[in-house]
Amino acid sequence: MARTFDEVSVGDTLGPVTIPVTRAALVAYAGASLDQNPIHQDEDFAKSVGLPDVIAHGMWTMGAAGTVVADWAGDAGRVLDYGTRFTSMVVVPRDGAELEVSGVVKSVDADAKRATVELTATNGGAKVLGRALAVVQLD
Amino acid sequence: MPVNEDYVGRSFDPVGPYAVDAAMIADFAAAIGATDPVHTDPEAARAAGYRDVIAPPTLAVRFDQLASRAYVQDPEAGIDYSRVVHGEQKFHHHRPITAGDQITAQTTVDSIRMAGGHAMITVRSELSADAEPVATTTSTIVVRGGE
Repeated sequence: MARTFDEVSVGDTLGPVTIPVTRAALVAYAGASLDQNPIHQDEDFAKSVGLPDVIAHGMWTMGAAGTVVADWAGDAGRVLDYGTRFTSMVVVPRDGAELEVSGVVKSVDADAKRATVELTATNGGAKVLGRALAVVQLD
Repeated sequence: MPVNEDYVGRSFDPVGPYAVDAAMIADFAAAIGATDPVHTDPEAARAAGYRDVIAPPTLAVRFDQLASRAYVQDPEAGIDYSRVVHGEQKFHHHRPITAGDQITAQTTVDSIRMAGGHAMITVRSELSADAEPVATTTSTIVVRGGE
């Protein structure tokens, strides 16, 4: 069910939602996105190029965080604009990691029945997305 | 070879059409943990007002990757991909990518900014289906300077 514009106000919050990050998900993401860079799959390769361990695709993190705003708005087709900066790596050890995602409604457009949501995504306390903004269509 | 600033404004040949099927969407949704049935169940998607199952918005990057290869792999462009970091990403959707779409994508180099030995390159890909716009992806990559 899509969220209606009338039930949304500036300052409303989303989440927090805790999302597991697994190497299996990164392997699946590599195939689905066509980004086969081995730094996202191969621990030995990642370490050979100076990384602490396997790191998540920035685009995986953006996609996973995006599910929080899509689910809040109603469905993924409600997300009209979505942008972010990649500010920090998500390191994924063998036993996985966690992403914590929350959001806040920054502004609303009554004429278009749209809301702008700013997402915050952290891993081990560090912000991994910067200026992550989504514009969603409400009913 | 440094990043070639002459590429600003250059558009590359469109690529595609690429068929979007339910499996492509389901696999992508599963990989990012998108569990909404609009990604996997045509009935749920139709109930939400779509023609068929829809993709998460970031699937558009798959077609951007295919379209921007012509640029990033062009030896004259001077991009050493081993030095590339993804700096920023934006999507603008006219509508969700939907199963049954035949997606064509065309990449344009919007800007190249040199700063502190690094090159910040902003590349835009326009995705369309049946000559109608579907989505615009805008990627900023940073090519780190040599040591």
